[in-house]
Amino acid sequence: MESKKIDVWVGLFVLIGAAALLFLALKAGNLLSLNFGPTYDVTAQFDNIGGLKSGAPVKSAGVVVGRVAGIQFDNQTFQAKVKLALDQRYQFPTDTSAKILTSGLLGDQYLSLDPGASSKNLQNGGVIQNTQSAVVLENLIGQFLYNKAASSNSGSSNAAAK
Amino acid sequence: MSVVLGFLASIGFGTRRLLANLGYGLRLFLRLLALLPGALRRPQLIAQQVFFLGNYSLSIIAVSGLFVGFVLGLQGYYTLSRYGAANSLGLLVALSLVRELGPVVTALLFAGRAGTSLTAEIGLMKAGEQISAMEMMAVDPIARILAPRFVGGLITMPFLAAVFSAVGIVGGYVVGVLMIGVDSGAFWSQMQGGVDVFKDVGNGVVKSLVFGVAVTFVALYQGWRAQPTPEGVSRATTRTVVVASLAVLGLDFMLTALMFST
Repeated sequence: MESKKIDVWVGLFVLIGAAALLFLALKAGNLLSLNFGPTYDVTAQFDNIGGLKSGAPVKSAGVVVGRVAGIQFDNQTFQAKVKLALDQRYQFPTDTSAKILTSGLLGDQYLSLDPGASSKNLQNGGVIQNTQSAVVLENLIGQFLYNKAASSNSGSSNAAAK
Repeated sequence: MSVVLGFLASIGFGTRRLLANLGYGLRLFLRLLALLPGALRRPQLIAQQVFFLGNYSLSIIAVSGLFVGFVLGLQGYYTLSRYGAANSLGLLVALSLVRELGPVVTALLFAGRAGTSLTAEIGLMKAGEQISAMEMMAVDPIARILAPRFVGGLITMPFLAAVFSAVGIVGGYVVGVLMIGVDSGAFWSQMQGGVDVFKDVGNGVVKSLVFGVAVTFVALYQGWRAQPTPEGVSRATTRTVVVASLAVLGLDFMLTALMFST
């Protein structure tokens, strides 16, 4: 009888531990969103990928349709070559355009696909031609300051001419 | 002249004793590993040890996890809100717990709560000549006493670490969302977006398994090599806590460097 009681308590302990592991995997790690389904590979060339990382989501209309599988530097074109693993369930036209966006102001960067109008779909190993680079905040601020300086300069010179 | 010779001799003696202890420990470790399959054939003995090591440690692990989660919630919110990133509180709490604090703090508590009792138990068995008596009866004390405790510790640690992390995340939720008022949806979604099941949770489980082996083995070794006197057992118990804690911290640094360096 004594050993039976111990078995019950040990069973309870193992169950609690397994429940904790399951909680960590499902609630904290989000195992359910991981996709082990078949994928096909597509590449896209970008002038600047900003902070895009391998494993970042690929979204279309806000829905995750794949992951960034790998990022390389192409020494021929001096561009970034991004490999995307797209879910086999989703097909995109060949003139789909890709752009790198940021989720929120300080969030992670992800890749957005805007489908085109072509009747042919991207195949495994296909290339996305239309790409739009990541917005680099420093460049944007630099441009803004430059324009501001130019317009205030021309404004003051006009006033002097009058 | 004799002073110099005596000094040299003491260095030589120290080195020889260190090597002998290392060899003894390694042989005991290999012996325990070789006895693993045999010990698994006697689940009743292992169940007793899991009950003794696991169930009795559950309360202290759960309470510590809860409070560590509370503190992480408070401190994390204080730092993150300076940068306007309080929404990432869930991610901060979950990553710190799953990667580092869960396995490490659980192992330290496990060394204090369960490792000491293993050492004291085996040391007193030795002092009471129970181990010699078993050898007289042709029962292998390593297989009958040490191996089930080793397997029990090995099974218990990952579960305890998982309970610690899970309860800690709930603690962070209680402080962050219920008390401070971080958005509940952001808390969970940031966590789920940033925690990888295999890279973070899986590596945490591997870490806790390694710590379980280290702490249990240190406790068993210290008990097995204890002087069979009251003083010797007390010294062995102290050494268990010191050596096991240092081993856990050192191993943690190496494992972290291997797992998360990229």
